[in-house]
Amino acid sequence: MDALKSFINTLSYPWFSFTLSLVLFVAVVKLKKLWTHAGGWLMLALITVFFCGSMLDENFRSVVAKPDNVPIVMMVYLTGYFWWLAMYKGIKNDQAIEAGAPTFEKSESEDKVFTWPDLVFSELICMVVLTVGMVVWSIVLKAPLEEPANLSVAPNPSKAPWYFLGLQEMLVYFDPWMAGVVLPGLIIVGLMAIPYIDTNPKGNGYYTFKERKSEIFLFLFGYIVLWVQLIVIGTFLRGPNWNFFGPYEFWDINKIEPLVNIDLSEIIWIKLLGVGLPSHWLPREIFGIILMIGYFVVLPVAMSKMKYFKRFYDEMGGPRFYTGATLFLTMMLLPIKMYARWVFNLKYIVHIQEFFFNI
Amino acid sequence: MKQLQDLQKAIVKSQIWKSIFRVGIPTDNRKRALAMLGNVVLHLHPIKVKKSGLRMSYTWCMGGTAFFLFLVETITGLLLMFYYRPTVEYAYFDMVDLREVAAFGIMRELHRWAAHAMVIAVWLHMFRVFMTGSYKPPREFNWNVGVILLVLTLLLSFTGYLLPWDQLAVWAITVGSNMARATPLLGAEGPGAAFLTLGGEKLIHVGSDARFGLIAGRTIGGGTLIRFYVLHCLGIPFVAACLMAVHFWRVRKDGGISGPV
Repeated sequence: MDALKSFINTLSYPWFSFTLSLVLFVAVVKLKKLWTHAGGWLMLALITVFFCGSMLDENFRSVVAKPDNVPIVMMVYLTGYFWWLAMYKGIKNDQAIEAGAPTFEKSESEDKVFTWPDLVFSELICMVVLTVGMVVWSIVLKAPLEEPANLSVAPNPSKAPWYFLGLQEMLVYFDPWMAGVVLPGLIIVGLMAIPYIDTNPKGNGYYTFKERKSEIFLFLFGYIVLWVQLIVIGTFLRGPNWNFFGPYEFWDINKIEPLVNIDLSEIIWIKLLGVGLPSHWLPREIFGIILMIGYFVVLPVAMSKMKYFKRFYDEMGGPRFYTGATLFLTMMLLPIKMYARWVFNLKYIVHIQEFFFNI
Repeated sequence: MKQLQDLQKAIVKSQIWKSIFRVGIPTDNRKRALAMLGNVVLHLHPIKVKKSGLRMSYTWCMGGTAFFLFLVETITGLLLMFYYRPTVEYAYFDMVDLREVAAFGIMRELHRWAAHAMVIAVWLHMFRVFMTGSYKPPREFNWNVGVILLVLTLLLSFTGYLLPWDQLAVWAITVGSNMARATPLLGAEGPGAAFLTLGGEKLIHVGSDARFGLIAGRTIGGGTLIRFYVLHCLGIPFVAACLMAVHFWRVRKDGGISGPV
């Protein structure tokens, strides 16, 4: 049992678990058999067995059973369930379209029913069920109240509200101006831009996967792999000093993580070229600056000529394509920086402390 | 039994009842339509809906859930406001009283859990709208209103997080508001802020930057508490309620619940 626990602990370390989640994500989206009733039950059973089995572990329980963390467990289950439901219905519709039949929604959308009683009563039932659910939840679980506020005693770890823990987790890889301001801002801008960037007229008002593969794949990647997964990591697997702890690991406040991260400028000037760092920031950071310009300026142009992306460029036109590509590349900066950290111990690509401009 | 039915009949036929409910329990299609038109709450709905849009497996009921939880928050929040005083001296002890002394001692629980649930419901609603492609024309603008409502939901929850004035609250808000320090141009430690000078004086410093504006001081304190309280109880709910009106109105104007064209 202990061997299994320590195996899962090791497996859950970010470089393992993130890679595993990427592989699983691609496999899961492609594997049609999972998006059936049998597949759904199987996934539910696996998660529940893992979860209930883990609750026997004291360290796991002490983190997961915190009152404010209960909603996150709920979110994981609900997200998983609705992800399955959307894919299940999408694939069913795809099969119908392939067979030349109308989608499930189409077959019913012509049919109009009176709001009274059908809709009004389902709403009433939903409200009653929700009310009962909320009251029971509130009676069973007390809202947390810790000691009175004391600004001279910082709890360790100090965590933001749970829905911002994905952003706090990004602080490991980015400075606050990126993780706390620019990237969240671009998430909002990016979400708002979706209807104007996506020119695919298909899949409007019904579930489908085949007709909107790239859009759904991208959205799920951002929502499930980056947003939800980082919240789960930030909530359950980050302990004192924001150090990483496996799910069964004790949150030891004295755990020491070596800080061996170095900048791109140090890798190039000192390690590769064997000379010291130039004192002025411009020559010192020139490689990182060129890399970033290449990433955000040259790469989108190159993408528009690449075979895979060219069809999007032709469909969407220049402005849409470049806006979309910039937003996409900004999103991908996160996993890229994560892997750069894990593989090269890279701290900053561009590090201009003079103006607090660090990427 | 017969007496009960007589009583019901008497009530339904009384002048008071009839003055409130014009139509009565609908028994035919004409009355079903009139029931929708003659009631201010129900008239948010169309008279008829697509059968496909009724299915919970299509809508996941998450938009309605989010709205319902907003109403729960409004009612429980109002009750909490009777007890709670947003000052450094009283806030925490009012929380203790709410838990230990106040009647219906689950209002704070209801308020907190419904807030968490509302965040999740809004995310799942967005997830559903994306997966059904319902943001596509003609609903682009309403998706945008929805994204702003999502941000407002998070801000509502964030401002409310401070109010218990316990360790959990102040340190969560400390971590969150420290980000504002790094706002480009507007944060004291943000990139570019050093360039904003006037006659050699820094315009953006810890006493004037975005964080200072957010928490009303250099550290979290009484000023932050009253600022977050006003935003939480009045400012953000007001904007959110206005945008919800736009959101629901646009759902109707854009052709009701989405469905295949």
